[in-house]
Amino acid sequence: MTDRKIHAFRRENGRVGVRNHVVILPVDDISNAACEAVANNIKGTLALPHAYGRLQFGEDFELFFRTMIGIGSNPNVAAVVVIGIEAGWTKRIVDGIAKTGKPVEGFSIEGHGDIRTIADASYKAKEFVQWASELQRTECKLSELYISVKCGESDTTTGLASCPTVGNVLDKHCALGGTASFGETTELTGAEHIVAAKAANEEVRKQFMAAFEDYTRLVFREKTNDLSESQPTKGNIAGGLSTIEEKALGNVEKLGKKTKFIGCLKPAEAPTKSGMWFMDTSSAAAEAVTLWAASGAVVHLFPTGQGNVIGNPIEPVIKLSGNPKTVATMKEHIDLDVAPILQGEMTLDQAGDALIEMVVRTANGRLTAAEALGHREFVMTKLYRSA
Amino acid sequence: MIHFLIHDSADTVAVAVTDLAAGAECTGRDLSTNKTLTAKTAEAIPLGHKFALRDFAVGDTAIKYGCEIGKVVQPIRAGQHVHVHNLKTKRW
Repeated sequence: MTDRKIHAFRRENGRVGVRNHVVILPVDDISNAACEAVANNIKGTLALPHAYGRLQFGEDFELFFRTMIGIGSNPNVAAVVVIGIEAGWTKRIVDGIAKTGKPVEGFSIEGHGDIRTIADASYKAKEFVQWASELQRTECKLSELYISVKCGESDTTTGLASCPTVGNVLDKHCALGGTASFGETTELTGAEHIVAAKAANEEVRKQFMAAFEDYTRLVFREKTNDLSESQPTKGNIAGGLSTIEEKALGNVEKLGKKTKFIGCLKPAEAPTKSGMWFMDTSSAAAEAVTLWAASGAVVHLFPTGQGNVIGNPIEPVIKLSGNPKTVATMKEHIDLDVAPILQGEMTLDQAGDALIEMVVRTANGRLTAAEALGHREFVMTKLYRSA
Repeated sequence: MIHFLIHDSADTVAVAVTDLAAGAECTGRDLSTNKTLTAKTAEAIPLGHKFALRDFAVGDTAIKYGCEIGKVVQPIRAGQHVHVHNLKTKRW
């Protein structure tokens, strides 16, 4: 396997992105309206409304800022306009994003009102989007991409076909010096021993088990039943998965056969070097992919069995399925059909190469099914109630 | 045509990879060895669902991927559907 050439955007800090978004980023829930007005005024910009950003504290406060700054810093983003109700937290996010060297400017609403803020921010957004529209794709290497992986609406075919296809790609990507991340902490339950055995060393193994056991304690503290309504999901059960152990054993097929993971990331934390990383995430698709986008991932690989339709506003989500019924009934959502694996008509190695080809095409600009269908799920992870 | 797959030679349940009728004589494959297997369904098994490769008593453990996937809570005969009505997690 040799590295592939792609045509992508090399950012000021050297990182490689595959999209060229100009983001209008609200600091808080009450600044959504102004951001959406700016995005409506200035075509080609993208507002990212969300539900939080007020009175958060402690670890939840740190996660909030890590997510906001991370989304603005993602290499798929060319420039950012930040709007918040007040100047302090707005500046904190602007300063965080500015460390990448990309254009970013903040506006605050108090003392000015929505209309004045929208006008001022619109002038800046117009300047940014016209500047970004002249940026050119340049030749980069596939191994320069940071890829995240997570499955959803899994069934037994994900463990047989689509998840091991992703595993095949991660083995090849990481062998070439690429960066990748997996997570879904609770969905490793029953297969945590397999994940632990893939830790690069004892310290990483201990960190992983500590994160896993911490999340398990949360589930036991809050649960009111055996989670048979949540994990597996109703969709998982319709697809033939019976228990969390069975679901997890299919899930970890995504980790590949050879690659060890070299470290554990907090939610939305960026990897510090190339290789495969565990991130402590929820297993809910939109929450988890948003955390990876905030950690800097530029392409997401998403195996689905029963047909999860998720997308993300800044990180393209490539969907693959090994369920022939889903490929037929939900074809507009599926970027790659790997169902022939079930009949032995396609090997995992062939499926992996087909998925790499789809990553290259996506990196070069092909819209994913989720992008074409307008799926822009931007969902922040919140650890507990605000103060 | 392959009717069912198992992940590991130790597996005691198989996955239907096409819709199977009750009483169907089925051909399958062990993905760990590529060996061909045969089995007979005792009831209809939809694509993606599991059937038993042997009889189970209450309290037995079902094996898939060569690993434990849960405890049997209703008696199951070979060829019968294995799912949430007769198999429960050991974890939660």
